[in-house]
Amino acid sequence: MNKREGSALTGLKVVWLKEMQDYAGNIRMIVLMLLIVLTAGASMYVAAQTLRTYVGEDSFMLLNLFTIGKDPIPSFLSFISFLVPLTGIALGFDAINSEYQNRTLGRILSQPIYRDVLLFGKAFGAVSAMAVMLLALWLLVIGCAMFFLGVPPSGEQIARAMAFYVVTLLYSLLWYMVGMAASIMFRQSAVSALLAIALWLFFMIFWPMIAQLLAYALGGGDSFTTAKLEVVLGRVSPYRLYIESALAILNPSTRSLGIVLFSQLQGAIMGSALPFGQSMLLIWPHLTAFLATIILLFSLAYVLFQRKEIRM
Amino acid sequence: MGNETVVSVSHLTKQYRKGVRAVDDISFSLREGEIFGLLGPNGSGKTTTILMLLGLLESTQGSVSILGNDPFRTPLAVKQQVGYMPDTIGFYEYMTAYENLDYTARFLGLDAEQRRQRITASLTKMRLSSRMNDKVRTFSHGMKRRLGLAELLVKQPKIAILDEPTQGLDPQSIVEFLSLIASLRESEGMTFLLSSHQLDEIQSVCDRVGLFSRGKLISFGTVAELGKLHFGSDVLINLQAEGPTDLLPLLKTQQGVLSVEREEEHTYLIKAEKDIRSSLAQAVIGSGCNLSSLELKQHSLNDIYQLAFKEASNEQT
Repeated sequence: MNKREGSALTGLKVVWLKEMQDYAGNIRMIVLMLLIVLTAGASMYVAAQTLRTYVGEDSFMLLNLFTIGKDPIPSFLSFISFLVPLTGIALGFDAINSEYQNRTLGRILSQPIYRDVLLFGKAFGAVSAMAVMLLALWLLVIGCAMFFLGVPPSGEQIARAMAFYVVTLLYSLLWYMVGMAASIMFRQSAVSALLAIALWLFFMIFWPMIAQLLAYALGGGDSFTTAKLEVVLGRVSPYRLYIESALAILNPSTRSLGIVLFSQLQGAIMGSALPFGQSMLLIWPHLTAFLATIILLFSLAYVLFQRKEIRM
Repeated sequence: MGNETVVSVSHLTKQYRKGVRAVDDISFSLREGEIFGLLGPNGSGKTTTILMLLGLLESTQGSVSILGNDPFRTPLAVKQQVGYMPDTIGFYEYMTAYENLDYTARFLGLDAEQRRQRITASLTKMRLSSRMNDKVRTFSHGMKRRLGLAELLVKQPKIAILDEPTQGLDPQSIVEFLSLIASLRESEGMTFLLSSHQLDEIQSVCDRVGLFSRGKLISFGTVAELGKLHFGSDVLINLQAEGPTDLLPLLKTQQGVLSVEREEEHTYLIKAEKDIRSSLAQAVIGSGCNLSSLELKQHSLNDIYQLAFKEASNEQT
């Protein structure tokens, strides 16, 4: 087998910077960012109004800002869990097929670069753009929290908020990879967008119902087995993984993410906070699942792209 | 045109999984500073060959050498020295002409000043300097083609591969485009490989041509060589004469004449074994006719193309 010569990463920085610039100035990105800021701002304001009366009573006041909502406005976490996948999909659904449609692929790949670089550069560009966007949002929330509540956040709260940021970034990256893989599979960007959105809706709305039905069917009438199966099957959905991870981080009193037996609660001080490290251990499998899925999706995209014909 | 071989293709084959041979055992070479035309109908294997030359498609069999490099083993070295303009060239429409060229120039490892100089110079040469800060979406098709050539100039390649370069251009733009290519060969010493099915334009600018049919290179050489190969004679004489007698029987009986066709009332096309213009002139004047024109005519590439494909399809059936 022939071995290629030269670095596979030649030109990566050029593609990365160009893609990041494109994503940052992308009208889709700007619209979604405005939507997130507006909706998140509303839920933050409502949460802050609710929490003001409890200042000093809760040592994790800042984290509550992310999870508390007030009818009819859902919590910040609910908004984010809904809008972040959309952002990922919006950036990824035409990552590659737009190059075909614009007839730029042949021209770019005839430059002294390997085709790997285009895929890596696009992925890095998207990660960077989403990381900057989420970091800006994160800083906005922390700033608003201090402004509204008048209490500086503790080190642990900052660490937990940072962990929430990382999980949210992974969640958005996962949906970006879904969009990117779809953009390689289909030449028409409308088809790739539809596929990615269909997958997102499936895992967010339909999979929990299917998981419940499957658990009943496979549980054999045993309620414990059924409940366990429902949890396991439910975790196939990235949405559930994200919500569970976010709750474990933002609500330090969360002691388990699965079914808890009475025997397991022996000696536990109910309502007490878990240390940050313990909360991270709780979501470690979730983080692993996120990373594994992202790598799997990227590998799929990579293989598909390498096998793709360059010609239009 | 130099003598150094810059492109060498030997028994190149591309077979797809379903058994379709897009390119079937082709061999040819290009000399430095040459303009070479790849001709053939759509789907005959021209673009597949070009993609293999660039290392963008792996061959099933055979070898390619571009300036001593294997495009599949050392694609970066090949791409550094070869410029490519695809048949359907596209630019990032939301970027300006300058930004588009700057993006691809960055891959060449040039510093900012070198890029600025090369881009400005090439846009000026392509008469696009006044539009360098305009978005490409405002450009016409012809301007985008010129921008494509400007990109080649920024790269300063030793070999330029242009796939259907005149596709979609109006006749005036085609003339301008071809003269640009000819002037680039003169000024930069670039070797060109043009793929096209526009025969007239290829004949006007190419030194040699290769005819493709169903993945095979059925003919290869100068237009005169191909004429000789397919028509069995390299001499066509166009004669114009008026007189009291019909010249057709007289011309047919002249020594060395293979056939005579009356093209118009007083115009004859004579196919001959060799250049017999002097004996023809004597015969025509001797018969009492007024000879107004007697010129040697080359077989048109169109005639060669039609005949070559007819022969190729006869062989295949």
